[in-house]
Amino acid sequence: MSEVTAAHEVKERSEGRVLFYATWLIAAIALILLPLIFSSGGSLTSFSLIGIAIIFALSYNILLGQTGLLSFGHAVHYGLGGFLAVHVMNAVANHDWPIPLPFIPLAGGIGGLAFAILVGWVMTKRAGTAFAMISLGIGELVASSSLILRSVFGGESGITTDRTALPHMFGWTFGPQRQVYYLIAFWVMVSAIAMYALTRTPLGRICNAVRDNPERVEFIGYDPHVVRYFAYGFAGFFAGVAGGLTAINFEIANAAYLGATQSGLVLFAAFIGGTAYFFGPILGAILVTYLQLGLTNVTTVWQLYFGIIFIGIVMFAPGGIARLLMMHRPLIRAGSWLSVIPSYLVAALPTLALALGVILAIETVAHYTTTGSEGNVINLVGIPFNATAPTTWLAAAVLVIGGFLIARITWRRVVEAWDRAAGVARDRGYLA
Amino acid sequence: MLELIVISTLNGVLFGMLLFLLSSGLTVIFSMMGVLNFAHASFYMLGAFFGYQLTKWIGFWPALVLAPLLVGAVGMAVERYGLRNTHKHGHVAELLLTFGLAFAIEEIVSMIWGKSPVDYRVPTALDFPAFTVFSTNYPAYKIFMLAVSVAIFVALLIALKRTRVGLIVQAALTYPSMVGHLGHNVGRVFMLVFGVGSALAGLAGVIAGPSLVTQSDMAAFLGPILFVVIVFGGLGSLPGAFIASLLIGLIQTFAVALNGSLASVFGPLDPNLGPSVLTDVWNVTIAQIAPILPYVLLVLILIVRPMGLLGTRET
Repeated sequence: MSEVTAAHEVKERSEGRVLFYATWLIAAIALILLPLIFSSGGSLTSFSLIGIAIIFALSYNILLGQTGLLSFGHAVHYGLGGFLAVHVMNAVANHDWPIPLPFIPLAGGIGGLAFAILVGWVMTKRAGTAFAMISLGIGELVASSSLILRSVFGGESGITTDRTALPHMFGWTFGPQRQVYYLIAFWVMVSAIAMYALTRTPLGRICNAVRDNPERVEFIGYDPHVVRYFAYGFAGFFAGVAGGLTAINFEIANAAYLGATQSGLVLFAAFIGGTAYFFGPILGAILVTYLQLGLTNVTTVWQLYFGIIFIGIVMFAPGGIARLLMMHRPLIRAGSWLSVIPSYLVAALPTLALALGVILAIETVAHYTTTGSEGNVINLVGIPFNATAPTTWLAAAVLVIGGFLIARITWRRVVEAWDRAAGVARDRGYLA
Repeated sequence: MLELIVISTLNGVLFGMLLFLLSSGLTVIFSMMGVLNFAHASFYMLGAFFGYQLTKWIGFWPALVLAPLLVGAVGMAVERYGLRNTHKHGHVAELLLTFGLAFAIEEIVSMIWGKSPVDYRVPTALDFPAFTVFSTNYPAYKIFMLAVSVAIFVALLIALKRTRVGLIVQAALTYPSMVGHLGHNVGRVFMLVFGVGSALAGLAGVIAGPSLVTQSDMAAFLGPILFVVIVFGGLGSLPGAFIASLLIGLIQTFAVALNGSLASVFGPLDPNLGPSVLTDVWNVTIAQIAPILPYVLLVLILIVRPMGLLGTRET
């Protein structure tokens, strides 16, 4: 019996290793092929932004997911990295130093790291709520100071640079967006591999231990404060890399990079994606950036949708999208996942109605309060609605209330079906 | 100079008392439930906007009573349907829920009332100078604000120290499960405290709205300062929050009133040096650095005394 399970485990492990390398390889190939498939300027810009967001969100997860530090001021490192990168780029261009553009994100990383080293020791003395508040305070301090130190931060307008003025590499000028995309893709790959490797090191493991039980970590001879400080430094470095890439991408660094909005967005991305898995923040960064780019064209109140999605995730799926996906793994292995699908389909309908009702209500209110500029007619999924008509308000109310009540019943059914499927998986030994 | 000191002291104490109206609720909620309510400043903003809207409909005095009650109801709903369900996922989830709420409330407010300041005016009954100090007319409305905050402060003190409910609240602060074993409904106590805390924030909003600017970014502006106050005073310490509120109120008011810079004391720098960090620091006025002073204080107290002024616990 034990031999059989051992052989089973060995086979599974080698399969897992193949799958592991295949995943990274596929990711690399996808990064190379993407601009060949979607070659329009708009999609190249989007991919570049998503790539930067991925590095930024992964760096945030070193703190939140791996070390359990909730930071409200992570954009400080991102922004300072961006500013240092811009200054280095200008210095390189002015002095004709032989530093090509692809190395500039390293300067950004050093900027983020330097500030993390400077403030990290005081900040990481305490974890939990105190750390969250202190990170918020430091974030505000830096954001406000950046407007005073005009010579460094360029005041409201920021500091501009020219990425093509730097020495070229492989004959690439980095003028066209496609070349910038490949530069960003290269750094995404390098940073993602480095950050993944970090989670496998003893330091990464002890970070998880500090997150789960700092007291026990002290018993085995580590100082949680030092461990948190190291994690903070790494997070600052990779946030700075992301900031440096942003500076290259936009050829400008301004005070908005450092601000509370940026810190909030990266928190949203990491948490919506799911902090318990390495790939969670990647999903979150893709989704949040995509929504941000997509929704700004469609609605004026896109940030409100962000807030609502975030609240929904916190309340109903605190593991994020990654956890929702990974929940299904034992069911798929046990082959019982098909029995859950019908209940999902049944639940999807009222949930969709609820979502539509909320969207209709929000858009109606938004248009009702800003009438005059665009008129009263809202266009929602191709159907025109009149914002002042009582029928619109009624429809929204019916969708929200009816959708909510029915969705509650159907989701209860989903839980029941889920429990049955999980029971099957447990019987077959795929779920502890 | 004397005039400046007197007026700034009055304004500083006023701002400090206003901060305390907010930080007291935040501190009590934090020590009872372990939740730092990120949306507390948003309740303050809701109070101001409800006050503005109700004043337009039914007048200032009914609004002064109704708006805080409404905000308190919103707060209780948040506790009952939001925080209580999130509690099982831990403190980080609770903190993040209130963070999301703060974000959403700001968006909802700017969606309904717009992003520019609304015309929330001082009621005519209080729109006269109360007294004149050194040729400066001190508005009666500010005296009214001060009176309301002091009255609330005294009422809160009596309610906490002298009544039965206050006794239960104090007990629930330290031993919530023991209070539950004694037969009190701790859940309801939590909800009540959360409601009262939010209502106090709402009241602060209603009375501060006409005097300060009522705008959809007022929560984002005041929120971080509020957190500085309670970290500075010591997380969970009510007297600490009181001292920190007054201190930060006074410091900020005095800083705004002062116009000195290093250049005005020691003379301008050699113009040949050109623009640099040094010239930035040399020429900046105290009034300009007023917004960052609370955060500088925060960093200083963290270095000198990490648990805060009167704090006793580490986290």
